[in-house]
Amino acid sequence: MASLKALKMRITSVKSTQKITKAMKMVAAAKLRRAQEAAEAARPYSERMASVMASLGATVQVGPESPRLLAGTGKDQVHLLVIASSERGLAGGFNTNIARLARKKMESLLAAGKTVKLLFVGKKARAPFMRTHKELIIGYLDQSHIKNVAFADAKVIADEVTTRYEAGEFDVAHLFFARFRSALVQEPTEIQIIPAALPALGTTDVAVAKDAVPAAVEYEPDEEAILAELLPRNLAVQVFRALLENAASEQGSRMTAMDNATRNAGDMINKLTITYNRTRQAAITKELIEIISGAEAL
Amino acid sequence: MADLLNFELVSPERLLSSGQVAMVVVPGSEGDFGVLPGHAPMMSTIRPGAISIYEADSNTLTRRIFVDGGFAEVNDKGLTILAESATPVTDLDPARIAVDLVAARAAKDEVAIARFEAMQAAIVN
Repeated sequence: MASLKALKMRITSVKSTQKITKAMKMVAAAKLRRAQEAAEAARPYSERMASVMASLGATVQVGPESPRLLAGTGKDQVHLLVIASSERGLAGGFNTNIARLARKKMESLLAAGKTVKLLFVGKKARAPFMRTHKELIIGYLDQSHIKNVAFADAKVIADEVTTRYEAGEFDVAHLFFARFRSALVQEPTEIQIIPAALPALGTTDVAVAKDAVPAAVEYEPDEEAILAELLPRNLAVQVFRALLENAASEQGSRMTAMDNATRNAGDMINKLTITYNRTRQAAITKELIEIISGAEAL
Repeated sequence: MADLLNFELVSPERLLSSGQVAMVVVPGSEGDFGVLPGHAPMMSTIRPGAISIYEADSNTLTRRIFVDGGFAEVNDKGLTILAESATPVTDLDPARIAVDLVAARAAKDEVAIARFEAMQAAIVN
C-alpha cells in the first residue's frame, strides 16, 4: 500500500488538475456564448446570399460559358479536401471526429483511383495525416493568431483555394468542419464548395416567400457578370460560416470534455481520500496493537 | 401602400442596419440609382462608394454610409444591400485616407487606389 505521504501528494496533484479543468470549462463556456452570438449575427448575410444565389440559379443556365467556379473544370480527377480544425487541443473528440470524417472521404476517393490533396486550416487535424499521408498535404493555414473569426480571415482561405483552383491544381473541393448543433452535439460535416452547388429555388425561407410573387428581375450589369462576382463571395461566405460553426463547436466540445474531466477528478479525489483515511486508521490501529501487546508482555 | 421602403444593410459579420426609409441612393457599378418604395425587382453590383439614406422623406438626406462594394437586391419586400464592410461617411478620416492613397499609388494597387479615391469623393460630396 502506498505511504500516507505519497497518497497526500496524489490528492493535492489531482486537486490542482481539477482546478485547471474547471477553469478551462468556465473559459470555454464564456467563449462558447460569444462564438454562438457571432454565428447568429452572421446568419442574415448568408441567408440573403443563399436567396440571391437561388434566384440567380433559376435564371442562369449552367453551360461551358459559365464561370468555372460554377461549371467546374469538366473533370473529376483531383480532389482537394479543405480540413478546418482548431489550433488547440483538449477539446474532446472535436478534432478527431473531423479528421476521421476527412480520412474516410480521402480513403474512398483514393480507392476510386482519384488524386487527393489536403489543405489544412488549423493544425490539430493535420497531425494524424502528417504521419500517414504526408505527401498529399499541399498546405497549412495557421489560424493561431486569430482570436475571433472575422470575415477577412475566411476571405484569405477562400482566396487561397480559388488561386489554387485557377491554377488548375484540383477539380473538386470539399470543406470539412464540425457543424454546431448544441453544446453537447457537434456534427462533423462535409460540403462541396467547388464547383458551387446552386441552391434550388425554394430551399430557403426567403426564396419561398419570393416564389409567391414571380417577378421579372432586372439585372445590372447582367446575370453572368453578377454571378461571376457573386461566386467568389459565396465561397468566402461558406468558409466563413464553417469557421464560425467550427469555433462554436470547438468551445462546446471543450466545455463538455472539461466538465467530464472535472467530474472524473472529483471522483478520483473521493476515492483517494477514502484510501488515505483507511491507511491512516490502519497505521493507528497497528500502533495501538503494538503498544497493547507490549504492555501485555510485561 | 406605405410610403416607406424596407431597407437592410448586411455585412458578413452582422446585420448592420435595418429599418424603414423613404429613399436610398445606391452607387451601382453602372451608375447610381435611387430606390423608392415600390421599385421594380432588380439586382446590381455596387462599386465602392457612399450609400445615401433618406430616412424621413426623399428630400432630406439623413445618413451616408461608405461601402466597399457588394450587392444590392430589390424585391417586393424591399432593398437589401450585401456589403463586405461599411463605415458611416462621418467616421472616415480624410487625413488618413490621403496618406493611404499615396501609399496605394506608390504600390500601384489599383483596387486600393479606386477605393480610397471613392472615399475621398464620398467625403467631398
